[in-house]
Amino acid sequence: MAIVFERPHALKEKELHYCPGCTHGIIHRLVAEVIDELDIEGITIGVSPVGCAYNNYEYFNCDMVQAAHGRAPAVATGIKRVHPDNYVFTYQGDGDLAAIGTAEIVHAAARGEKITTIFVNNAIYGMTSGQMAPTTLVGQVTTTSPYGRKPEIHGFPINVCEMLSTLEGAVYVERTSVHDVKNIKKTKAAIKKAFQVQNAKKGFSIVEVLSTCPTNWGINPVDSLKWLEENMIPHYPLGVFKGKDLEV
Amino acid sequence: MAEKLLMKGNEVIAEAALRAGCRHYFGYPITPQTEIAHYMAKVMPKVNGTFLQAESEVAAINMVYGAAAAGARVMTSSSSPGVSLKQEGISYIAGAELPAVLVNIVRCGPGLGGIQAAQCDYFQACKGGGHGDYKNIVLAPSSVQELYELTVEAFNLADKYRMLVIILGDGMLGQMMEAVEFKDKEEIYQDDKKWACTGTKMQRESNDITSIYIQPEVLEGLNNKLQAKYRQIEQNEVLVETYNCEDADIIVTAYGTVARIIKNVIKMADKEGIKVGLIRPITLYPFPTAAFEKYAETPKAFLSVELSAGQMVEDVRLAINGKCPVHFYGRTGGVIPSQLEVLNEIKKILNK
Ligand SMILES: Cc1ncc(C[n+]2csc(CCOP(=O)(O)OP(=O)(O)O)c2C)c(N)n1
Ligand code: SF4
Repeated sequence: MAIVFERPHALKEKELHYCPGCTHGIIHRLVAEVIDELDIEGITIGVSPVGCAYNNYEYFNCDMVQAAHGRAPAVATGIKRVHPDNYVFTYQGDGDLAAIGTAEIVHAAARGEKITTIFVNNAIYGMTSGQMAPTTLVGQVTTTSPYGRKPEIHGFPINVCEMLSTLEGAVYVERTSVHDVKNIKKTKAAIKKAFQVQNAKKGFSIVEVLSTCPTNWGINPVDSLKWLEENMIPHYPLGVFKGKDLEV
Repeated sequence: MAEKLLMKGNEVIAEAALRAGCRHYFGYPITPQTEIAHYMAKVMPKVNGTFLQAESEVAAINMVYGAAAAGARVMTSSSSPGVSLKQEGISYIAGAELPAVLVNIVRCGPGLGGIQAAQCDYFQACKGGGHGDYKNIVLAPSSVQELYELTVEAFNLADKYRMLVIILGDGMLGQMMEAVEFKDKEEIYQDDKKWACTGTKMQRESNDITSIYIQPEVLEGLNNKLQAKYRQIEQNEVLVETYNCEDADIIVTAYGTVARIIKNVIKMADKEGIKVGLIRPITLYPFPTAAFEKYAETPKAFLSVELSAGQMVEDVRLAINGKCPVHFYGRTGGVIPSQLEVLNEIKKILNK
């Protein structure tokens, strides 16, 4: 019988710990499939974040370094400067990347650091039980914005791709989503392109992936996908912000 | 033939790092250590190495963390306020057992303080500094020659024990020019670094570098392993200079720049018939407890002289363990005590 579907080799045979319906797992799989397809597992070094994906070094089959909260781009910079011919990627949540680690991501991008960032935006702090993130939507209820995010009190959400695409060193910037099959495929293509851009040594590449957190949104997994589509995409438009015609 | 050059302390640190095989430097400017960065910026491109001016000390130490995880000999340097910012990364380096070298050319605090020489970061360097039960090896050179030798040693110790080694100097030492004799070739500790993240090349299992262990028993196991490593270091790596301690009336203890002043005080005191000994810790961690124990009952008193409000004196008291009175004399804010001032303090203690 022909095998039509397999676990990517770059993903270890280990059960993921994410909540039911959480899309972190899908994004892990896409990264692993890209590593397989580019045949780069042996020369890839990943950097794990602090957040729900803190232990994804247990899942990816490549060398992995766990970083302090928000510091993954700096850690990846250190790794890449030692091994310029290896692929180096960070995997970061929105609390990690857009709050505590804002300086690190902005400057890694500005330097044109030849790394790839997979930025998982679920509009909330997942791991620490649903606090407001910099990406939390206006009006969104979280444990630290129990009356909804109010701009006059909490300020406005940060659109990371729009912000980073103003920097010269950021050469490939795309926002995608994993709320349906079509968009999952687009996400995979974006991740692949981001790795190829890195290989071409053109500069910094980032894929922001809109993701769900059914547990902390308090919405069941199916409705979470709908909530993402209806609420997040209007504020976080999908598409390539930079590097559309980049040849790699 | 060995090369003898007249050089500035900070530049000697950078040159020594290069000779020790360091090819990666990440830092952020702060007085009085910036010449280290200037030197690195000049030479690293010529040896195919990395000099990177980070956006902050927080980023710099995390770049060090990444480069060390990737198997490199790596260094950063800073001064007190910058080192405070590096504490997060330092704790992670301890937890992940990564080898790296950090230079702290200490200035006076607290807060933004001043830029003159001080020794007010002893607690921070020797007692943890960041969160968690951990230690760093702390080396305290007192001459430019020692800056060179101990910087090379720092890289070897870092690799040998997979931990951070701190060189604790001060602005005076960093800015001082002295003759330094370089060796033709350094002895480099060889470690295969099989644990490093270099890419598996599909020839081994993947390596993970982490400091998170959610299971209490597993984390306790790691902590016990770290503590066992520290006990081993306390056995094997103590460096100390003792001078004139046999039948001394008083033993003064000081490290770094201050120890140089004490050597002159000893000469002045000798002329007045007072015998002053000196114990100069070179490793501040591991602390040279045995040297203090050895002479605990010889003199009438001990005197710790420091550029702080009294930090190392606590370790001296622990080592002496009540067997002899321990006094303290310190100046802060960048004030350096004069030889006469210290001599007067000695006379006061000895009732002379
Ligand atoms: C210095 C520091 N501050 C705070 C924390 C606590 N913390 C752990 S995960 C997290 C939020 C992570 O949120 P995000 O990056 O959005 O990832 P998610 O959990 O949603 O995947 C926080 C605040 C920490 N580990 N370290
Ligand atoms: S808390 Fe949210 S982000 Fe974290 S695993 Fe659960 S669903 Fe996913």
